[in-house]
Amino acid sequence: MKRQIPLIITSIVGVVMVVQYFIPRQPFAGLFDTFNRWFLIIAVFALLLGLMNLVRLHVQKLRRRKEGWGYSIILLCGLVATILTGAVWGIGTGSPFDYIFVNMQQPMGATMFALLAFFIASASFRAFRARNVDATLLLIAAVVVMLGRVPIGSLIWNKLPTVAEWIMFYPNMAGQRAIMIGIALGTVSYSLRVILGIERTYLGGE
Amino acid sequence: MLDKLLKTDRRIIFAILAVVVIIAILFPVGLAIQVSEPARRLYREIESLAPGSYVFLSFDYDPASMAELDPMALSVIRQCFREDLKIVSLGLWPQGVLLGEANLEKAAEEYGKEYGVDFVNLGYKTGGIVVISGISTDLRNVFPQDYTGRDIDELPILNGIDNLEPFKLVVTFSAGDPGVRHWVMIAQARYGKKVGCGSTAVQAPAFYPYLQSGQLVGLVGGMKGAAEYEQLIKLPGLATAGMDAQSFAHAVIVFFIVFGNAIFFLKKRSNSR
Repeated sequence: MKRQIPLIITSIVGVVMVVQYFIPRQPFAGLFDTFNRWFLIIAVFALLLGLMNLVRLHVQKLRRRKEGWGYSIILLCGLVATILTGAVWGIGTGSPFDYIFVNMQQPMGATMFALLAFFIASASFRAFRARNVDATLLLIAAVVVMLGRVPIGSLIWNKLPTVAEWIMFYPNMAGQRAIMIGIALGTVSYSLRVILGIERTYLGGE
Repeated sequence: MLDKLLKTDRRIIFAILAVVVIIAILFPVGLAIQVSEPARRLYREIESLAPGSYVFLSFDYDPASMAELDPMALSVIRQCFREDLKIVSLGLWPQGVLLGEANLEKAAEEYGKEYGVDFVNLGYKTGGIVVISGISTDLRNVFPQDYTGRDIDELPILNGIDNLEPFKLVVTFSAGDPGVRHWVMIAQARYGKKVGCGSTAVQAPAFYPYLQSGQLVGLVGGMKGAAEYEQLIKLPGLATAGMDAQSFAHAVIVFFIVFGNAIFFLKKRSNSR
């Protein structure tokens, strides 16, 4: 029963969601709205679960004095401070929560992402090699797009942006479309397996 | 010698890139920016809307990608306010709400727009695609309050707005999932809404099929796209200022690719001898 009930629920919800797309009338439209509402409520609990798990993980790390436990103190203090300021003074502009967001989270988040440029520069020097025809084509396309998509490209050759745009609109689009179709077919087949109860890995366990 | 060059300390590469970027920011040369067709399409779409039309903006990003997405969000908001359009916004990413709000307030001050009358920020709800699906049929059920906890019935801008139907255009500023793909899947494919997007440069190529099929009315990609949009609305800002730095950074990376390959082939040739 522990496995059968979730399988039955999944199957019924799956079938209803597929049917309502093609027949957006009652009772399917009503069921669709109800399931949407339920999903939003369940998603909030999933968020809470994630939060509790995060706290548990870092408290354990602190207790056992695992490597990097100092960072756990910062994380937990940050978490409590952010939740408290948001709950007590709200999150509107000018609030302490907003202050934390603008002056701490924004610069830290932006800095982390900005570091990527440095790693790309290093990786491009070490790993981007024209070892065969495929790799050479990829390399040439990358160089053209990288230069053609920034103003310096037209200084080097005024047709470079046009060539870059052509690469984006034709070879890139064909590749992207093939990937999208592949993903869509995979999603359909996986969903059918879930609805029919063949695919059960999402239930966890064995 | 060649081996030594191939094993160049990565800190030297980091330092070269940092120096180039800093110099480009401190001493801008003002490289000319060519506007691409996808960005121009979004601009034209907004220009074609009648004053008083409703536009839905979705801030689906976080501080990591704000360097690219904040300038384009600000430019689109400025254009909307300039054209006297009404803006209703939300965030499918929790941090997008405050980033979007900062841009809305900045532009509102410039154009004398009032919160609750000319624009509103509904806030964040977890659920991604289900949130889009929910607001498409019943906005008030999903968002009974705005991001500050104010009852949306008190906000004049939302009088008579119960779902996505009255909105002439949806624009999402997206750094990943949930984002563009989901707005296209639900708002466009299912409910027939016009959808435009601003996205990070890294994911922009993935959206070209939507552009070609007409499922996206326009696409602003990366900081370059943001700079193009600033040119279109004739208000140069942070993206335009960052174009020189990005140009030279790209040139440095291309140099490293070419340099690395040159050493690789020289080494290969000397080994074969």
